[in-house]
Amino acid sequence: MARRSLPNLIKRLSLTAAPPRSRTITYMPRPGDGTPRAVTLIPGDGIGPLVTNAVEQVMEAMHAPVYFERYEVHGNMKVFPAEVVESIRRNKVCLKGGLITPVGGGVSSLNVHLRKELDLYAALVNCRNMPGLPIRHEKVDIVVVRENTEGEYAGLEHEVVPGVVESLKVITKHCSERIAEYAFEYAYLNNRKKVTAVHKANIMKLADGLFLESCREVAERYPAIAYNEIIVDNCCMQLVSRPEQFDVMVTPNLYGNLVANTAAGIAGGTGFMPGGNVGADYAVFEQGTSAGNVGNDKIIAEKKANPVALLLSSAMMLRHLQFPSFADRLETAVGRVIAEGKCLTKDLGGDSTTQQVVDAVIANID
Amino acid sequence: MAFQLLRRALTSRPDQIISSPSAFSAVRAFSSAPITATLFPGDGIGPEIAEAVKQIFREAEVPIEWEEHYVGTEVDPRTQSFLTWESLESVRRNRVGLKGPMATPIGKGHRSLNLTLRKELNLYANVRPCYSLPGYKTLYDDVNLITIRENTEGEYSGLEHQVVRGVVESLKIITRQASLRVAEYAFHYAKAHGRERVSAIHKANIMQKTDGLFLKCCREVAEKYPEITYEEVVIDNCCMMLVKNPALFDVLVMPNLYGDIISDLCAGLIGGLGLTPSCNIGEGGIALAEAVHGSAPDIAGKNLANPTALLLSGVSMLRHLELHDKADRIQNAVLDTIAEGKYRTADLGGKSTTSDFTKAICDHL
Repeated sequence: MARRSLPNLIKRLSLTAAPPRSRTITYMPRPGDGTPRAVTLIPGDGIGPLVTNAVEQVMEAMHAPVYFERYEVHGNMKVFPAEVVESIRRNKVCLKGGLITPVGGGVSSLNVHLRKELDLYAALVNCRNMPGLPIRHEKVDIVVVRENTEGEYAGLEHEVVPGVVESLKVITKHCSERIAEYAFEYAYLNNRKKVTAVHKANIMKLADGLFLESCREVAERYPAIAYNEIIVDNCCMQLVSRPEQFDVMVTPNLYGNLVANTAAGIAGGTGFMPGGNVGADYAVFEQGTSAGNVGNDKIIAEKKANPVALLLSSAMMLRHLQFPSFADRLETAVGRVIAEGKCLTKDLGGDSTTQQVVDAVIANID
Repeated sequence: MAFQLLRRALTSRPDQIISSPSAFSAVRAFSSAPITATLFPGDGIGPEIAEAVKQIFREAEVPIEWEEHYVGTEVDPRTQSFLTWESLESVRRNRVGLKGPMATPIGKGHRSLNLTLRKELNLYANVRPCYSLPGYKTLYDDVNLITIRENTEGEYSGLEHQVVRGVVESLKIITRQASLRVAEYAFHYAKAHGRERVSAIHKANIMQKTDGLFLKCCREVAEKYPEITYEEVVIDNCCMMLVKNPALFDVLVMPNLYGDIISDLCAGLIGGLGLTPSCNIGEGGIALAEAVHGSAPDIAGKNLANPTALLLSGVSMLRHLELHDKADRIQNAVLDTIAEGKYRTADLGGKSTTSDFTKAICDHL
């Protein structure tokens, strides 16, 4: 018996550098669940094609049961091409790189367009410390749930008289209620203990007041989950001093953008946080925060974009498609690459190319 | 504008010359006559920290005479608030003021105190210098930036209404006039304080017309100051960069809402509102420095309060008055005292009383 277990012992000892492979996925798939699923892929602009290509390579290496229908969309198009929207409606899931939005130009953001078109009313980003990332704050584990369709991004602006411009911020009970519902449901499903609503209702009494009212109503239906409210400026101050007090945060559109970016920054950077947009029928996965940030020319030319955020978002997508084992393997591989710290892209002060990171991830997949 | 300058020059007192290229600072070129400044001690810990400030300024021989005004106990019909007309006139006359924390009384029928001050004195820019205090360790050591926030319009115009049940609209207003005004101040400040870079923070990729107008105004002003680098940063990038590497920023100029959030974020980076100075600039060069923390009624009167925020606000007031050497003296004394670590108030982790802390600063002068 000792002789039979010796090779096992040696094998286990030689793997002490890697985390224990004791994860077991216990679920019973239905026959036919392994059929490859179609996912719409939009490479996008700037670093988009680079990082979506990274995802394609990794999926290929894992033999994951997904295949991509690629569509070219660029930020300077006036409207989202109908065939792309058709494809997403058919496949229900999409993976997307960023689309450039010209600043102050006449074209409104296509990223925002898509969210409204498909009614992807919740944007989710998971900001968590990962071993290997240089950080100042410990114990960061925040999920920001952001209302994605209305608020300040309603896009309703006009010039009243020359030199005076108005922008409408619209808050409705319907949207506030459903985002609050999503946030609490997420907390419930993921064993999260607290939901914090972020607002500025002391100044915008009616608008944010309505948002808070909806959150409070939903909170009553989830008595096991703690609920509190915080004003957005205090929230940012607390995020940089004591981020461990936050768990799930639910916010209207604009504050969500700021809070998510701040939380991503303190957890290690927007290049690492997974996230996406989800609605009742469709899900679009993209870089968690700053999805519209398509990098600068230098990074594109040198091919040194950071693919980690999109890789982790694609892991989220695999779970969404009910392929948990592939998702786990991908996340573990990425985690190992970051923890090792040998392949650092520009945003971490290193010099690796996207391809080097991809190769490292593929090498680390069990 | 020229006529107003002429009128002001003709009616000004001999020891008060307003430099014509900018109507922002009151240059006390040849005054040895004391400058009168309005002081609002405020509520709660206000009076004690105001006393500490007065003591330190006296020790440092700052040529300021304080005119104290308190928040009244009944609503003044002329201002519709608890601040009397006399108080406001005093600030208008003296052009400088220092304000302690004021607790807004709950109830209706009156305007909030901060709103009254802002509207009546036309305070259009809020300036917050944020620098890491050597000796008070936070997670960030290299913060050295100024946030300049437009204070009158933007998202805080207070214009909201219910369209139908369950649908609310809130108006965000951006005007060319207000944006130009705050941009002018930002660049003037940068030049006057030897700052090299001004960053305009915006979300113009989404709010194209409103933030677009703000940016256009900033660009126009930037052209007049070619020696200062000007850049535009989208607010989500700005938040991220601030928490990762705050040394990247120098002077930030922003519309109202972003300014509120970013200035509080920066205050959080250096240790909180109890240590952050703040100064409000009004039309015609009025400067009202204030401590932005609360009135802390629970420790009022117990000699435990930390006067740092009010002191550093007083220092920014002195800089506005161009009394730079006095300002430097007091600022260095405060920073040295905190860095030394022997006398620190409770909120900084020490055990000293307000009076001990004040005395230590006086000794360091």
